[in-house]
Formats: sequence, C-alpha cells, structure tokens
Amino acid sequence: MADLKTLVLGKKDIADLDTETEMPHELMTVNMGPSHPAMHGTVRIVLTVDGERIVKGDVQPGYLHRCFEKEAEHATYTQIFPYTDRLNYVSPMINNCGYAMAVEKLLGITHRIPRRAEFIRVIVSEISRVTDHMTCVGASAMELGAFGPFLFLLKAREWLYTLLEEVSGARLTHSYVRVGGVGKDLPAGWLPKLAARLTETEAALAEAEQMLNLNKIFRDRMAGVGALSREDAIAWGQTGPVGRAAGIDYDVRKDHPYSVYPEFEFDVPVGTTGDCYDRYLVRVEEIKQSIRILRQAMAALPDGPVMIDDGHVALPPKAEAYNTIEGMIRHFKHIVDGIKVPAGEAYTFVEGGNGELGFFIVGDGTGRPYKCYVRSPSFVHLSTAEKIFKNHLIADIVPIFGMINMIGGECDK
Amino acid sequence: MAQKVVDAVKAKFGDAVVATSSEHGDEVITVKRDKLLAIAAFLKDDPAMSFEVPVFVTAIDLAHWQPLGRRGAPDEGTRPAYDAEASDGLRFEVCYQLRSLKHRHRLRVKVQLKETDTKLPSLTPLWAGFNWQERETFDMYGIRFDGHPDLRRIYLYDEFVGYPLRKDYPKDKRQPLVRRPDLVGDH
Amino acid sequence: MLELITSKLEDAANWGRKFSLFSYPFVTACCGMEFMSVAAPKYDIARFGAEFPRFSPRQSDLLMIVGTITEKQGPALRRVWEQMAEPKWVIAFGVCASTGGFYQNYHAMPGADQVVPVDVYIPGCPPRPEQVLDALIMLQDRVQRGDGHSQIRLKREKIMLAAANAEE
Repeated sequence: MADLKTLVLGKKDIADLDTETEMPHELMTVNMGPSHPAMHGTVRIVLTVDGERIVKGDVQPGYLHRCFEKEAEHATYTQIFPYTDRLNYVSPMINNCGYAMAVEKLLGITHRIPRRAEFIRVIVSEISRVTDHMTCVGASAMELGAFGPFLFLLKAREWLYTLLEEVSGARLTHSYVRVGGVGKDLPAGWLPKLAARLTETEAALAEAEQMLNLNKIFRDRMAGVGALSREDAIAWGQTGPVGRAAGIDYDVRKDHPYSVYPEFEFDVPVGTTGDCYDRYLVRVEEIKQSIRILRQAMAALPDGPVMIDDGHVALPPKAEAYNTIEGMIRHFKHIVDGIKVPAGEAYTFVEGGNGELGFFIVGDGTGRPYKCYVRSPSFVHLSTAEKIFKNHLIADIVPIFGMINMIGGECDK
Repeated sequence: MAQKVVDAVKAKFGDAVVATSSEHGDEVITVKRDKLLAIAAFLKDDPAMSFEVPVFVTAIDLAHWQPLGRRGAPDEGTRPAYDAEASDGLRFEVCYQLRSLKHRHRLRVKVQLKETDTKLPSLTPLWAGFNWQERETFDMYGIRFDGHPDLRRIYLYDEFVGYPLRKDYPKDKRQPLVRRPDLVGDH
Repeated sequence: MLELITSKLEDAANWGRKFSLFSYPFVTACCGMEFMSVAAPKYDIARFGAEFPRFSPRQSDLLMIVGTITEKQGPALRRVWEQMAEPKWVIAFGVCASTGGFYQNYHAMPGADQVVPVDVYIPGCPPRPEQVLDALIMLQDRVQRGDGHSQIRLKREKIMLAAANAEE
C-alpha cells in the first residue's frame, strides 16, 4: 500500500520532489553584515556553508576603526580620556581607570594615589562591569527571542546609568577618572542610593535568571554551542568571561592585583565546558561578585582627598586658577601642554568587562604620548570566532557572537 | 621575578640578545631578528619559562623620536633621539608581549627593523593568538611577517594606500571609497 | 480643484506616514547603547509610533544612522540607503554621524551626509534619549510639511516629468 505522502501528492509529483531535494553538493558563500541585527557593532563575516553547516568563516572587523592610536598621539594625556570612554562604551569607567593607571605608572605615582580615589575607582569600575555584563546577557537573550529579560536587565542598567550620571555628569561616556585620582568626589547622599539600587538590581537579575536558566529554548541554543577547550583558549590568548568559561582561572584582579582589589573578598567563577551557556553563567556570577565587591567598598570607603596633591599632575583648584596669576598660569600650561610624562614605556592591564584590557604607552617627555596602544580583549576574542564557528549551523552564530560580546569600539579601536 | 627569565635567555642565546632593560615592572629584551624564532620557541616550550599566553603584538615607529627630559632639555637617560644615519636605519621596533599562566611572569620581546627591510618571521605558528595581532601590525605599520598564514589588511580596506600609524602618515589624510554624487556634481 | 484634492491627499498620506515610521537602525557604535535605552521601557519610542525596527532596508522608511561612519563602512551605508523604498528619511544619531565629532582622522568619515542625504541631525556624544525623541518629533513635522530630502526629490521629479510631457 502506498504511503500517505504518495497518496496526497501523486506518484509523479513525489518523483519530482525527490529529485529536487537532492541538492547539489556544492559549497555556498553567504555574506553576513556589516549591518546585521545580530552583530553587536559592525563586523562582516563571509561564510562558506555546506547547506546550513559552516565550513569556513572569514571574520572581517574594522568597520568601526576610529583610529584611537592616531588620535591619542595627537592629544594630550588628559584629552585621551574621552577616547578611552568610547573604546568599550558599555563599561567606560574601566577603560578610564586602565588608561589612568598606565599614565600613573609612567609618572611613577601609582602608590601616591589617594585611597579614597582608589576606592571610588573600584566602585565605578564595578558598576560598569555590572552594566557591561547586563547588556551582554540581555542583548544575547533578546537575539535568541527572549525579549523579557532584555527589558528587565535594561531597566536595571538604566538605574545604574542614572547613578553614574550623578557622579560624572554623563550617562554613557563618563570621562570621570583623571590621571592622579578622579574628577570630583561622590555627590552627597549617593552611597545610600547605590545601596538601594543594588538590592533592586539583584532582584531584577534574579528575575531575568529565572526566565533564562531553565528556559528550554535558551538552553538548547546556548548549551554545547561554541565550545572552546582550555588549551585552545590559552593558545588564542583568551581572558575574561570567555577564558574563564573555558576553565582558565585567570582574573587580573586576583592574579596581578592592582588598585585596592586585594582588600576585597570575591570569587572568580570558572566554567568547565567553555560553551556559550558557561559563558552566560560566568557573566551572571560575575555580576553577583561585583555587587559583593561594591558592598564591601561602600562599607570601607575612607575619607580624604580624591586627587593627588602634586602640581605637576593635578589641576590647580578652581579658586586658585581664577584668583591668582600663578594658579592661572599653571592651569593654562596644564591644559595646553598637558601633563609632562617622562620618557619611557609602560604596559598596564586591568580586568575589563571582556577580559584583560591593557594600555601600552610610550612617553617621550612631552605632554602627548608617543604611542598609545590598547590591547583590546574583544579583538583577541573575535579572532577565535572563526575557529569556534566551524561545523556549527548558521543560526549558532547568534549566540556565539552574543557571548563573545564583541564591542565594536573596542575591537576596532 | 622575570629577571630570571632574562638571565636564562641571555645564558642560552648569548649575543643574540641585543639589549635588556626593566621598565616599570616589565622586563624587556631586544633580540636579533634571525634568532627570534628560536628564542620564541624556547620561551614557549621550556618548562621554566612556559610563556603560553600571547598578549599583544605592536610596533613602535621611531621616526620622530626626540625624547625630552625635565624642563624641555633633551633626555639622555633613555633611548637616544632617532637619526636615520646614526641608528643604522633601525626605525621600527616590533614588540611581542608574553605572559605565563603558570609562573605569573611576563616579558616583552622586541626586534628592531630597518626602514628598508621590514620583514620578520611570524610567530603565529607558535601562538595562534598572534594571528590577528600580526595582521593589525601589518595593517598599521607595514611590517611583513614571513610565514603568516593570511597576511592582509584587517582594519582598513584593500584600496587604502600607505600605513597610517607610521609617523609620516598625516592624521587626517582620508582615502574615500564613496561620496554622494549630488555633493560632487553641480547639484 | 484637482490640485487641491491631490495636495489634501498628500497631506493625509503624510499624516499617516509620520506616525508609522518604520526604522532601520544602522547601529555601528556607542550611540547604539543609547538607542537601546530609547527603545527600552523608560523612554519608550513606541509612544511615537516608531517602535518597530525593521532589519531589512526594503521594509523601512527611516534610516537611523547610529554611530560613527568610517570610510570602510561608507559603501555599505550607501547601499542600504539605496535599497530603501521612496519616500525615505534619514536621521543622523549623534555627533559622529552628523560631522565626525572629535574623530577627525584618516578613517572616520566627516559625517554620514558625505554619503547619504540627512534630514535631521541629533547632536550629542551620545545624545540623551530625550533629544532623540525631540528629533523624532522634528522629523514628523518635516514629514507632514513634505520637505524631507526624498519628498522634495520626488516632487521635483514629478514636475520635471510633467514638463517633459508638456513639451511633447
């Protein structure tokens, strides 16, 4: 007896259909990007596919190359802060801190930064890290169809942006940190607000987690997709959540401690499988650890100045600049010539939102850097994308990309 | 801590090490170009070194190097000012930053290159992570890495002429690919 | 009389257009974060009928250029704009898309209007969400008045076609 399909379609049609389903075994080239909804920022991928399976993927960054290095060579040390904001625009404070630390290292004033300034830097950096991870998790979830968690996490991010705006005056691109300290002290009554917001953020995060962790669609799309072994991760220089998910127990805050991080207690989450779901779990856990650090830092925040007391580095107080001739000359020299940084080179790295964020600065004794290279984690992580994609389906690019968390400004500099 | 590393490299390779220095907590060794691969392999594979993590590659263009000391006087302490004849035309310095996960030490390996001969053996076969980094250095400085699997521009487009991070490339010299026809014409 | 009817008809069509702008977010850079905020609950661009981003240029009539446009990006932007159906409008979101901002160098383009005509420029680096909503209202006015770049071009083409027909 003929099967149902034949009865419905008839013998001839089924024969035609069968020959049609025999696709010629040929590789096809598919172009993705540079403007594609699933690409954070802009990147182009030229895929060679066998049906739905990716055989080769040529990832081409550079669509947002804004010449950070060339701009930095033409700007004074203080003027570079706005450019660093726009490297990783999801966690600008960490970039600010990393760059400031590199210049301070060249100046040799690392140990003279006021303690209060160090604490404030830790506080704003950790808030930035929370917003970074929230954006990453929320946006990736949205791309996989979960719009709810995106809205929940963005709502929480909005609270934190408002807090950072109160500190720095800008919602997104803060330029708050200065060489030798921070721009200004925390506003009065800010810490209780932060404490309240942290509790609410935790609640929002818990809600988002509830929606995602046991969500079948989310798990199916993330778990087992885009795995990277520990050896490969090391050979490709992976750090941050991507490296930690692959089992590399490396966090700059623990392994090469800087600032006042040794004084805080926090754990470094490490994954086992190195797939997208592990990366997601590592990020969520890091948000919690950041909140833990924030609570400790708020409790231990000392009093005191927030800017180094050194006329070569700090701007004179406004009253002095407006009322005395010496103060005004100093102010003018500071703005026009920049901070005189002695000749030499220094590499400083901090734990950025995505991993090891380093600044390699060569000073030549003038007020402008001779060279200012940034080691951007996104760039390093994106270079593995090609390797990770292989033998996955085209649809898997979305979670892989989301969890690599490539930030255009940082990757392309 | 990494002084041990520098001493070991010096002991093993002797005169292949041109110079060593320690700046702001980073050990720097400058090596000869033809010994780079051997030294790199030693740094990666020797258990006492085990620099298994590639951190970054970049280059320094010394063409405008005129260090100033305090009060604007020429700086004598560091590397002397660049002079094409006196310094043998060694214009570029390629830096490889390495890190060891096991020993927690780090090292910067430098190679000096002449303006006329910017070739260098690629370290991508040793550290896969240097693939894109070397491409970036090629894109920005025009340093050619021999043995690199896929050396082409990464940030800029193929039509771009010149290497923008060289000191003699003007900052705002654009090379447009496309412009609005109605702006170009007499609209 | 006929003219009056067609102009009234045009007004009605423009009224419809201005409250149903389908945007194509050409997101490249930092401003994208603020663009997300504009779409997110607090600022909620949905109140202005422009909440629905279409990720195909053929289905959208508002091109939002969000972020820095570089020389490498230029051809892609131009292509996306050319694929959009008429009438279409363009918003340059942020100072980079408007003039290049403080990126004046060999790879950043001095404003997206080097490649496509822009109707509304939003200053700010990045602009606050309120500014974006303000710009959207400005664009809606412009759509209603019928003096967007592409609307003017369509009108001109119509007049030229009529003149050519009359000559024949």
